[in-house]
Amino acid sequence: MKIAVCVKAVPDAATGRRLDPATKHLDRSADLTLSDFDSHAVEEALKLKEAAGDGEVVIVSMGPEKAMDALRKALAMGADRAVLVSDEALAGSDLVGTAKALAGALGREEADLVLFGQQSADGDGACLWAAVAEHLRRPTISQAAELTVEDGSVTGKRQTEFGYDTIRAPLPAVVAVSDAINEPRYPSLKGIMGAKRKPQETLSAADVGGAADAATTVLALNPPPARGDSRRVEDDGHGAQAILEFLAEKRLV
Amino acid sequence: MAKILVFLEHHGMELQKGALGVLSKAAQLGGDIAGVVVGKGARAVADEAGKFGASVVFAADDPRLAAPLPQPRVDVLAKLVRDEGFETVLFAQSVLAADVAGALSARLEAGLNWDLVDIVADGDGFIGKRPALADSVYADVCWTSTPRLALFRSGSFDANATGGSAEVRGLEVELEDFSTLTELVSQEEEEESTGPSIEDADVIVAGGRGLGDPEKFALVEDLARALGGAVGATRAVVDAGWYPYASQVGQTGKSVSPKLYVAVGISGAIQHKVGMQSSNVIVSINKDPNAPIFEYSDLGVVGDLHEIVPKLTELVRSRKGS
Amino acid sequence: MSRANVRPADYPPPFSAAEAIATPTDPPDERVDVGILIVGAGPAGLAAAIRLGQLMDEDPATAERLGEVPVAVLEKGKAPGAHLLSGAVVNPRGIQRLFGDRLRVADIPSFGEVHGESVYFLTPNIATRIVTPPTMKNERNVVFSLSQLGRWLAERAEEGGATILAETDAQKLLVDHGRVLGVRTGDKGRGRDGEELARFEPGSDIAARVTILAEGTQGHLTGAALERFGLQGANPQVWALGVKEVWKVARPLDRVIHTMGWPLRGGRKYREFGGSFVYPMGPDMLTIGMVVGLDHRDVQLSVHDLLQELKTHPRMRDILDGGERVQWGAKTIPEGGFVSLPRRFNAPGLLLCGDGVGLVNVPALKGIHYAIESGRLAAEAAWRALARGSSHRALATYDAALRESFVWRELREVRNMRQAFGRGFWMGSMAAGIATATKGRFPPKDKPTERDADQELIRTGRAARYPAPDGRLTFDKLSSVFLSGNRTRDDQPNHIRVQRRVPLDLAEAWARMCPAQVYEVGPSDGQGTVEVEVAPSNCVQCGAITAKGGRLTPPEGGSGPEYTLT
Repeated sequence: MKIAVCVKAVPDAATGRRLDPATKHLDRSADLTLSDFDSHAVEEALKLKEAAGDGEVVIVSMGPEKAMDALRKALAMGADRAVLVSDEALAGSDLVGTAKALAGALGREEADLVLFGQQSADGDGACLWAAVAEHLRRPTISQAAELTVEDGSVTGKRQTEFGYDTIRAPLPAVVAVSDAINEPRYPSLKGIMGAKRKPQETLSAADVGGAADAATTVLALNPPPARGDSRRVEDDGHGAQAILEFLAEKRLV
Repeated sequence: MAKILVFLEHHGMELQKGALGVLSKAAQLGGDIAGVVVGKGARAVADEAGKFGASVVFAADDPRLAAPLPQPRVDVLAKLVRDEGFETVLFAQSVLAADVAGALSARLEAGLNWDLVDIVADGDGFIGKRPALADSVYADVCWTSTPRLALFRSGSFDANATGGSAEVRGLEVELEDFSTLTELVSQEEEEESTGPSIEDADVIVAGGRGLGDPEKFALVEDLARALGGAVGATRAVVDAGWYPYASQVGQTGKSVSPKLYVAVGISGAIQHKVGMQSSNVIVSINKDPNAPIFEYSDLGVVGDLHEIVPKLTELVRSRKGS
Repeated sequence: MSRANVRPADYPPPFSAAEAIATPTDPPDERVDVGILIVGAGPAGLAAAIRLGQLMDEDPATAERLGEVPVAVLEKGKAPGAHLLSGAVVNPRGIQRLFGDRLRVADIPSFGEVHGESVYFLTPNIATRIVTPPTMKNERNVVFSLSQLGRWLAERAEEGGATILAETDAQKLLVDHGRVLGVRTGDKGRGRDGEELARFEPGSDIAARVTILAEGTQGHLTGAALERFGLQGANPQVWALGVKEVWKVARPLDRVIHTMGWPLRGGRKYREFGGSFVYPMGPDMLTIGMVVGLDHRDVQLSVHDLLQELKTHPRMRDILDGGERVQWGAKTIPEGGFVSLPRRFNAPGLLLCGDGVGLVNVPALKGIHYAIESGRLAAEAAWRALARGSSHRALATYDAALRESFVWRELREVRNMRQAFGRGFWMGSMAAGIATATKGRFPPKDKPTERDADQELIRTGRAARYPAPDGRLTFDKLSSVFLSGNRTRDDQPNHIRVQRRVPLDLAEAWARMCPAQVYEVGPSDGQGTVEVEVAPSNCVQCGAITAKGGRLTPPEGGSGPEYTLT
């Protein structure tokens, strides 16, 4: 079984996640690491491969050259190959352009199962994967908190606001896993050192169908709205009442 | 006038609050607002939408749409947007809505801005307001083409029933072959009694060292239950073994942004602050008037939590009971 | 003032060096084999790695013998630079000798050459300029952020063929038949009580032909090795604690500043040796720090809070006015100098360099160029061992090379200055002045050092003078820890070994001493002792506790601060 995991390399939180005021895009000069959410997808792919006894796990991503460092982390965990779509023309792509390029790269792989992490730590929300799946014209399952593959189909336990839905889709399929699905493993030292030697491929925009014009842009960055005055009250026996009135005023009770 | 369509999600026989909120907001933007309801019982709930500002509601009540799955809904919406020429489609965040919005963006090659908390008219178009980087910065985002897709953060708008009624129109449903491959095998509804998890909770009541000893967490739990919220804890009390790590809020615990965060006996060191500072409303109770938490609380009460919290719990219960 | 009648040494930590030594246990197919293993991606370790890269280039035949992974560097921090902290005004000599013609110092990202300097003696409101002591002259020296320099050196090391393994702590030295065979790395994914969590991954044995320990101050394996192989010198090592901040400032600072005097007390009974530094970092940043010997006796002495107090001096306020604190950190500095050096720097399969063995010139406040030079020499000795095949004698050539180097000569010249200050500021200055003037010939004998933990504690109510944090100029410890970038995983085992029931005075001394608020005085047990509460995830691994009755061991790899500008 071939499993492709679509990941995003994001700036490591401590080395300064910030928006570049000039370009209004994420400042990518800091070290890049695998997004936490995507680690769950990589882990799930590895578990499925281990359960099946054989198969291949390919990591697919789009980003600057440096992103390969983050993909190597997935290779260190046990993935077999990494494919990075990296091209100046694609820098600053929005969801439409990114989805197309990733779909192009995934199309080349023709995996039985494509996994995504449900959310990207630096801003892709929960939407990119659905756009990619749409381009691939495959059945989808989202928010999977449990996953099994059997007899040519994938069954997932999908978390919704109301409870759990058990969903099944025939392979090939696209699944987005939630962070409740597993605990991503720490790579072993041998894994880390072996990662460098695993195949790592870089694709250009042309390889994946060209670049698209952005359909959305960021116009400006502003500081968040001020918190508003903070009120202070000394409790003289009526503190609880004061809180209740405040909550009522804010329509929270 | 920009033609706006609002995706109205329903569960059972009720339109979702979030969707109605977005509908109310759309109504404020002006013009004729349309809604679309998809799934079992769509026609029945469609009428409700009129009270919240929709002038026309499209209902797709096909049995193939019974299961709450996103892909068939993408087919319905794509056809509707193309047939009616909608320029703007609005969604309220939900698991389903996010799936639909994302796929629709690809289907229509339409720009999607998500995690928005507001939208304003800008000439013939719109500008969306979007918090970024743990809400430390707000970006103004826009669309360079139509149709425009917008997905709003949970709880961004209140649902305002302004009265009125909507014309309900049925929809013919045509589905792509790959849209019907996924099937719903079974459903399990979750009972309310367990309370929301800390990540999803609209209300969190958190306790810190000021509680004095682990038994006092009962005060926090009672208040949380009365408010229908989850219980949080600071790193100090988790380290001391008073509460489990899963409830830890802060830099090395969970990041939360509920509508209401009540901090009980918490001093508010920065490690805690960064985990909850984007909560909508912060109320704190602490006997130390110099506690840093007061600097970023909307309401701070200086006093003895052991007296204030039980009283507050009582007051909340009676108010809710009435 | 009252005497506490307790010395930290009376309550030694529950730790023995033997815990950090082990025989290999992994079977050959599980262990990792490397040619030369370097522990620590600091200036010493990276210099060694870079030199090895150069040697591999010049002599590919020997390079072959090192195997698939010829050079590996282990770094316990999140990335090279994450645990590096210093002033730093660096003497470029070490870098120049390392790179030779291949590079100019000017090509390395830095904050430029020193353009001027002043030394001040402070009283609470006045700064009196004094003549710069000859040992502190800084012409032609370059201001660096050591953290940034570390990141840059790591890139060069990788270009030269070294493999850098970050987030990897070396927990045990692998020794068999009296020979060092490599190290064992730490486990990942253990819970608070040591239990294996879902993502548990055991550490690995790393086998190497030569192991170079470049762990920096309070090196975990270095300490164990010194004991195991009987390498300790005539005198115990002593340390100072440095706490510093990096600020964005409104006006550029035009010179390097050092101060002595206030807020430290010169009286002999206090043993408060040290001073402060303010270094410009380009036109819009600077770093300000306080360094105090850990032989200080006052229970309430807190270097963190002394730094806050320092900033309230009118001269300092002026410099910082309109600015913003952007980073904070702390680290110990070995201060014993020449007389505390080990008697040997090698053992079978093992070489020791850098701060870990105390190669620091205290009066000049310089150690980075020594670290780099010692790393370079260690690399050459390791290479000889592998080229000639007779490693034992080859490794001993490292000692010879070290003794012939400028490192040795300079350390010897200044060898008695620090000890002079044990007799108080004025006596110490005089003695230091004489030692300088005579280039170390006077006093002729080596003055002994006394262990920091042997100093009896005293109580003076010092804490009353620390400023209350205002959140703009002065700050509390938790805010400082936050700015170190520390976001250590909470549910992991406690890596700090310290007795948990001690007299109140000692518990308070630890609580004050620690710049990261790891220790707090807990409830009294009614029998004259109190509980010591420990919050290990605050720890920035400065090492102060090891000097004063406890023992720091490395936590899970990747924990601790994430310095970028220190």
